[in-house]
Amino acid sequence: MKSFTYERARSPAEAAAVAARVPSTKFIAGGTNLLDLMKLQIETPAHLVDVNGLALDKIESTTDGGLRLGALVRNTDLAADARVRRDYGVLSRALLAGASGQLRNKATTAGNLLQRTRCPYFYDTNQPCNKRQPGSGCAAIGGFSRQHAVIGASEACIATHPSDMAVAMRALDASVETVRPDGSARSIPIADFHRLPGDTPQIETTLAQGELITAVTLPRPLGGTHIYRKVRDRASYAFALISVAAVVQRDGSGRVALGGVAHKPWRLEAAEAELPRGAKAVTAALLADARTTPENAFKLPLVERTLGGVLAQTKG
Amino acid sequence: MSKVSFNVNGTVRELDIDTRTTLLDALREHLNFTGTKKGCDHGQCGACTVIVDGRRINSCLSLAVMHQGDSIITIEGLGTPQNMHPMQAAFVKHDGYQCGYCTPGQICSAVAVLDEIKAGIPSHASDDLTALPQATATELRERMSGNICRCGAYSNIVDAITEVAGRRA
Repeated sequence: MKSFTYERARSPAEAAAVAARVPSTKFIAGGTNLLDLMKLQIETPAHLVDVNGLALDKIESTTDGGLRLGALVRNTDLAADARVRRDYGVLSRALLAGASGQLRNKATTAGNLLQRTRCPYFYDTNQPCNKRQPGSGCAAIGGFSRQHAVIGASEACIATHPSDMAVAMRALDASVETVRPDGSARSIPIADFHRLPGDTPQIETTLAQGELITAVTLPRPLGGTHIYRKVRDRASYAFALISVAAVVQRDGSGRVALGGVAHKPWRLEAAEAELPRGAKAVTAALLADARTTPENAFKLPLVERTLGGVLAQTKG
Repeated sequence: MSKVSFNVNGTVRELDIDTRTTLLDALREHLNFTGTKKGCDHGQCGACTVIVDGRRINSCLSLAVMHQGDSIITIEGLGTPQNMHPMQAAFVKHDGYQCGYCTPGQICSAVAVLDEIKAGIPSHASDDLTALPQATATELRERMSGNICRCGAYSNIVDAITEVAGRRA
């Protein structure tokens, strides 16, 4: 690990200001992804701002009947919150499908959104990777690509976003609340928060330099049946090959977001109009622009069959 | 270098350490609590599991300087060879290990798992998100998935935890 200086943040705005002013600063909360990457020298911050002391660990009701999830709420606490379990089951289920008990006890709401891809070529510093070292190339293209993106990828990067939580939040139309280095706040719809790789795969979100996530806001509950189904190589403690987050109403209308297929949680609102026609029609619309490799082409039928199982489950 | 103090197994310890030092290395190399093991050092195996403020974490993925004022329990704080914690005794009785390297992490994790079930925290294996979880074998396997045992003592580990869970109920 490269050496770094360390300070404990005193306020969100001050933390953002420090991160904008001091070169190569990173925020650290749970640290479960950042420290892993620092040990591998994939992340080499010169300064760490520990945000754990900031009072951003509460789950509060909003005036319009939704929930405000503090940036520092641990994944365990978010999944276990009675209101989340009752009204946003897809989010509880997604969180519980991710990582291990030990990791969920440390990992935070904001950190989960900001975790980096698990593309093996991103992790292997002997390989070219445009995300790790812009301009060096992409070893995944033409390499072992079984886990990689089937839609929204580019000639520069075919990595996927690893989060389960973010897929559920995308289905729920969450918003990411932030504070900027000048102290001003803004709210970013989660659909706009993560970026597709394009020719700058190293830029993964729309956050500005120093901008700090303070909360994630959920709109008021949707009702309906909440399901998160994750398909992976092990029964537990593995990243998704693909996952489906769904909220389906009695009349068959609903929302569907996919994990494991793109550089961001994948949802196309227009595809949801196909729900009455079943999983095949929804998948065809969601993944119409898919580009697969021989190794990851299985993800297309896997999405269709998983969604089919999910829709059958909602009919009970 | 940075100063930090935290409580380990009931005693406050003060350290002046490199900011890069993980909690795992602080415990093992600076404070000589070598019961906690370093397996993968990347949060994948669970051998380094300790209990911090009542919660199990991977001590390899946490910086020591981030634990100012925390209370940490390692395997040495759970029990001693002469006065074992019920979970330690159950692992011995059920042969919940072979080489023993993952065992301190397995036992710290198992103790915390039963507390999590008691606190009503659901898991991926819970059929009903709103019901109180029970310490079934399916629940225990899911909840212990962050602790890898290369010798494959899993079924005996589940037996050991089940016995302790039953004793509590």
